[in-house]
Amino acid sequence: MEKENIRYSELERLCKEFRKTILKIITEAGSGHPGGSLSVVEILTTLYYLHLNHNPKNPFDDKRDRVVLSKGHSCPALYVILAELGYFDKQELHNLRKVNSILQGHPARVYNGGDEVKFVPGIEVSTGSLGYGLSVAVGMALGFKMDNKQNLVFAICSDGEHQEGSIWEAIMFAGFKQLDNLIEIVDYNKLQQESRIDDSVSLEPLKEKYISFNWQVYEVDGHKISELDTALADAKKYKGKPKVIIAHTVKGKGVSFMENNVDWHGKAPSKELLEQALKELEGK
Amino acid sequence: MVTVLEYKPSREGLGEALLEIADQYPQLVAIGADTANSTSLGKFAKKYPERFVNVGIAEQNAVGIAVGLSLVGKLPVVSTYAMFLAGRCWEEIRQSVCYNYSNVKLVGTHAGLTVGPDGASHQILEDIALMRVLPNMSVIVPSDANEAKVAVKKSLEKVGAVYIRLSREKLPVFTSPEEDFVIGKAKLLREGSDCGIISCGVMVYESLVAAEILEKQGINCRVINMHTVKPIDTEAIINTAKKCKCIVTCEEHQVYGGLGSAVAEVVIKNYPVPQRFVGIKDKFGESGPAEGLMLKYGLKAQHIVETVKEVIKYK
Repeated sequence: MEKENIRYSELERLCKEFRKTILKIITEAGSGHPGGSLSVVEILTTLYYLHLNHNPKNPFDDKRDRVVLSKGHSCPALYVILAELGYFDKQELHNLRKVNSILQGHPARVYNGGDEVKFVPGIEVSTGSLGYGLSVAVGMALGFKMDNKQNLVFAICSDGEHQEGSIWEAIMFAGFKQLDNLIEIVDYNKLQQESRIDDSVSLEPLKEKYISFNWQVYEVDGHKISELDTALADAKKYKGKPKVIIAHTVKGKGVSFMENNVDWHGKAPSKELLEQALKELEGK
Repeated sequence: MVTVLEYKPSREGLGEALLEIADQYPQLVAIGADTANSTSLGKFAKKYPERFVNVGIAEQNAVGIAVGLSLVGKLPVVSTYAMFLAGRCWEEIRQSVCYNYSNVKLVGTHAGLTVGPDGASHQILEDIALMRVLPNMSVIVPSDANEAKVAVKKSLEKVGAVYIRLSREKLPVFTSPEEDFVIGKAKLLREGSDCGIISCGVMVYESLVAAEILEKQGINCRVINMHTVKPIDTEAIINTAKKCKCIVTCEEHQVYGGLGSAVAEVVIKNYPVPQRFVGIKDKFGESGPAEGLMLKYGLKAQHIVETVKEVIKYK
């Protein structure tokens, strides 16, 4: 148990660094989505460091699990983690959203701006238009089942994209087909671009919706690595149903002026505000 | 006379092709959306139930699932009505199929006016345009069931996204099953130098009939079966423009954005000659038998004849 606690505190320290880098590269890019990037940090960190079967040295290994970041606008968080793990040079982070960079404003599996097609290490699926990633993840899970392969598929979805009808087509199909090699994590930060979700079209009761679609549901504090770890460990073992971890999070987590503030969905902080944010994060 | 071997819907070429080729492609998976029997996938689904996925009435999910399957090494062929595939799923096709550089084959059946009595809601007249504008997408419009069958087989050999447009109605089969078919390479069906007729899909047969009528009137047409609208056979178009000095394009599709536009893009850049467009003139269709609708909306041989005579005046 103590060993686990040490591991968790190491990851918490990493998360703090990730948050700082996310804000730095968004500021440098001059645009991006800090709110949803900060809310998904622990989710992605726990997944990549404790549960994902992957090999950054061999990013296209057939045996790897697949991650679909359906909420593509949160890609700064994914990029920072992939760079830390060695999928690509950390220097590339400074090219986010710039011409000739593999790190697009929304994740691209293939960088097509060059003379030759270039597959981006660690990006399994191009996303950015909400509501599509889960179907692709379902197709991957189905394909692995057809070939009797043991690979798992993880889909990271936003809460807001549950307002897209296509998401529910995927949820209905996965539940019916009992795709137990599929684990979805919902970054339930309660905010969308313009408002609180409950002030536009509420998802509630979300847990009951998933249960009624024949999914196994976990609910966790999406900023507690221990809770995410436990849920993921159980979800990986659970047979007979697709699994969803509803991770309750805070949009803009870690920066007081961004937390729970819709204004920070999709804009870069100024240099001054970045300094303030970094100081705050350092103090934590 | 154009020899008609039989009357058969081109969509049947899909089912026949997959049944013949299934053992050669163990990774082949067919996906239907409550439409397997009408798209002709029914027999495949029965013979290979473990390789057939029915997603229900959820076309967007069908396309997303196909992309996921392809990204883990399967070879998915999605087929449903063209209206709901190319139309409803256009953004999934752009974002998930094309932008991912995925190897997904899309077969839209029941395309065009000839779907007939179901009416305008089902008569997609815009799919060639919608699919043609997408990067990484090839677009094939076979002219009959035999050509459809070989087109499906060839599309599986090609790595990358392909859209194949097929018809519901029993239509003349006039190509030989042994005919050579190369994606992106047009077929020269008839030589002539008075006017070039470049057609795809069901309009190829009408073009041949029109050419025969015109021949009797002393007008010799060069007829091209442009089964691949993208990548288009530039050379065949330029040669036709040089030889005939005028062109008529024929398609069961809006005149905006489809084959006619694709041909015009090549003509205007390389060898500008007068061109006229046989196709639907910015309208929806309506219910009725295929033949009656083709007549009313200007898609029969006689309309091609009139259009050829008209464009020749501007040579």
